[in-house]
Amino acid sequence: MKRIARSSLQTAVNLVFFAIIGTSILSATYYLTRDSIAATVEKAKLKLVSQLLPVGSYDNDIMQDTRTVAADEMLGTDEATLAHIARRDGKPVAVVLEAVAPDGYSGKIALIMAIRPDGSLGGVRVVNHNETPGLGDYIDIAKNDWIKTFDGRSRSLFPDEMWKTRKDGGVFEHTTGATVTPRAVIKAVHRALQYFEAHRDELFVADAQSAKGVRK
Amino acid sequence: MTLTEMKDIAYNGLWKQNPGLVQLLGLCPLLAVSNTLVNAISLGLATTLVMTLSSATVAPVRSYVPNEIRIPVFVLIIAVLVTVVQYLMNAYLYGLYIVLGIFVPLIVTNCIVLARAESFASKNPVLPSAFDGMMMGLGLTAVLTVLGGLREIAGKGTLLSGIDLLFGEQAKAWVIPVIPDYHGFLLAILPPGAFIGLGLIIAAKNWLDLRAAKNISSQPAPETLPEAAQG
Repeated sequence: MKRIARSSLQTAVNLVFFAIIGTSILSATYYLTRDSIAATVEKAKLKLVSQLLPVGSYDNDIMQDTRTVAADEMLGTDEATLAHIARRDGKPVAVVLEAVAPDGYSGKIALIMAIRPDGSLGGVRVVNHNETPGLGDYIDIAKNDWIKTFDGRSRSLFPDEMWKTRKDGGVFEHTTGATVTPRAVIKAVHRALQYFEAHRDELFVADAQSAKGVRK
Repeated sequence: MTLTEMKDIAYNGLWKQNPGLVQLLGLCPLLAVSNTLVNAISLGLATTLVMTLSSATVAPVRSYVPNEIRIPVFVLIIAVLVTVVQYLMNAYLYGLYIVLGIFVPLIVTNCIVLARAESFASKNPVLPSAFDGMMMGLGLTAVLTVLGGLREIAGKGTLLSGIDLLFGEQAKAWVIPVIPDYHGFLLAILPPGAFIGLGLIIAAKNWLDLRAAKNISSQPAPETLPEAAQG
């Protein structure tokens, strides 16, 4: 009995030893790559944002000028996201919001969009999706320019009932055979615009405070 | 490690016991990311790297690992290595990291990695083990490359699409339009295309083996059917 206990203990110690070594290697790699990872993720996001907001249309550091947006049904988000505020000479030019279309053909479609203070869209881009290649993936700028149809559109330009695909009686083009995908994207953008209008003051007024914080 | 040993290991990994065509292990990434040539080669090389490192790590510690806990220890080693590779890709090859996404962490569950650790590296010295891991990985990469190339040509009519994710914007010009004005064949890109393509490649390999056996001896060659898939 004693011998069995001792050998079990030895085996356990052995396993713990390997676990400790493994954990140390992982922690070391994590700390060594953490800054590079944060930098690449930020660079990728900045690249995306620069497609929405032409370089030169703002002069602040939009990666620093951010505020946290709580999860909201209208945005389709289930965790807090970061909104970036673009400004020129201290005046807000646009807010970059993240939104999620929960009802894509194959799960969620992650969107990022720039909304100008007057409620018009600077542009929309798909950040992440799993739509069928060759069918629903034309929402991706890498495949098709379809997503650019949102540029400049607003709720004052089109009444709410027009925020649908042509097939459903709205104003937005879609590709035959793949209507679920654009329907989800259009709905998500429309809702995000409604969210923006309901929270415009918060987004831009809270702005001044955070700007002070940055200056300090 | 003698030259004959090396030759044997290489022949096993690349052809005779090819993980993708004969052992039929590690089919999950094979089927999922072989929709373009670039994806296929990238994941193949990442798997090769992990297999080489894991076999090279398992071999020297093999005498310190009690038999009862060897599987958990091997899994631990593989998981650590994969996570390290994932961090490095996230930091330095971000475009590719986005594309291969979930499949990089899934290398952990690719049973070919554990299979080589268990059946080769746990019984052999460091150098042959590392070499075996590398050759098995390259064998898998070769299958992935052929399958990825076939599916991309059939599905999109191009080769090397998405290469800009690896080498930056200027690499977009490297994409080869094999069939100009091609409208695409969705089936080849979707998972069924992977099964059909893999089936064709296995058939081609068996046909080549049978023909070679016939040529070498007039005696009927023993059946060289692939072992049953195990995961």
